[in-house]
Amino acid sequence: MALTREQMAQRVARELEDGFYVNLGIGIPTLVANYIPEDMDVMLQSENGLLGMGRYPTEEEVDPDMINAGKQTVTARPGAAIFSSAESFAMIRGGHVDLTVLGAFEVDQNGNIASWMIPGKLIKGMGGAMDLVAGAENIICTMTHASKHGESKLLEKCNLPLTGAGCINRVLTDLAYLEIKDGTFILKERAPGVSVEEIVEKTAGKLVVPDHVPEMTFVEG
Amino acid sequence: MAGFDKRVASYEEAMEGIESGMTVLAGGFGLCGIPENLIAEIKRRGVKDLTVVSNNCGVDGFGLGLLLEDRQIRKILASYVGENALFEQQMLNDEIEVVLTPQGTLAEKMRAGGAGIPAFYTATGYGTPIGEGKEVREFNGRPHILEEAITGDFAIVKGWKADRYGNVMYRHTAQNFNPMVATAGRITVVEVEEIVEPGELEPGQIHTPGIYVDRIIQGTFEKRIEKRTVHS
Repeated sequence: MALTREQMAQRVARELEDGFYVNLGIGIPTLVANYIPEDMDVMLQSENGLLGMGRYPTEEEVDPDMINAGKQTVTARPGAAIFSSAESFAMIRGGHVDLTVLGAFEVDQNGNIASWMIPGKLIKGMGGAMDLVAGAENIICTMTHASKHGESKLLEKCNLPLTGAGCINRVLTDLAYLEIKDGTFILKERAPGVSVEEIVEKTAGKLVVPDHVPEMTFVEG
Repeated sequence: MAGFDKRVASYEEAMEGIESGMTVLAGGFGLCGIPENLIAEIKRRGVKDLTVVSNNCGVDGFGLGLLLEDRQIRKILASYVGENALFEQQMLNDEIEVVLTPQGTLAEKMRAGGAGIPAFYTATGYGTPIGEGKEVREFNGRPHILEEAITGDFAIVKGWKADRYGNVMYRHTAQNFNPMVATAGRITVVEVEEIVEPGELEPGQIHTPGIYVDRIIQGTFEKRIEKRTVHS
């Protein structure tokens, strides 16, 4: 079975480490915040200028001056810091954020990512994504492995305009967890019940399959 | 003797001198920390062919979205647009020129503009459509593109508290682009929720020192929320 959005978030959360500063993009990456282990302290960075993003507010706590990069109302956790956009992107570009998680339309075997623009469709902009992929050393891309029509999104070369060049080294899809190194995808784990053959079939880019590819496990509830 | 007293009495006076064809830098992220009354005054004045620099372009009927209604914006530099049906329509009809700019680059362009740095190199956007046609130079084995600074004829800013001298503090994430915008205007206008006496603000807590600010005005704010999300 392909992973659910929640399972994808759960799997990404296993890459968190105690003391990490983390930027989570919109969509599945946002859900990762729900799976931070209780014995771990992680500080979430929101690129509109908040380090230490907390939970959503109660009705009484809602404050129009307190939002995240997705423009949602949020709270600041104890120990949070708030600053300007220039300061925020100094952190991002300067490589101070330990882990960035973001979605993508396509990723290729050379670590290129396309996530912001589909020519011919309405283009809304890249927001902070280009700065994030350029600045972070440690990025996990979350995406579906293939389109609804079965076309692979893990390619030899991205078709869509890039968000960043040579910057992605880890990808979690609904079928597999992969690394990107030296111009190839390396299959590290597969979703429960998903065969290596299916992953091979749905990966258009160069893929190295080790002898043993462990299956991910998830605790129910 | 006015000295350092930057207060103006009305929004009309606050935007005195704005003309068609000018470049206006605006603070705010989404609808958070936008100079909503200064934008409304620009609408009232009806000036056209504006170049606007702002992270976003408001929503239909509020914020910078107001300036779309009478086609006052000719060109916009922003990182993310399109929460806005009128904007989409004008973009598709080529009635508005959109220069999409990575968010961090946009912030840095204004920071640099206000700080007298004409351009800077960044890895952001290299190898993407944003880097096309821009000078590339390698530093530490990595290619970077040259991005030019931005300044404006007017900078419009939303602060929380200011003193008469134009020292400004922002509240929470309503800070966002406002500090950079404040530095990069030939004329910088700040609207705030409260104007206090000099000495009331802790000097070390000031976000925007008064030297950058030309006019301040106290206003009342709707502070519309774009995505109200609550804890369940």
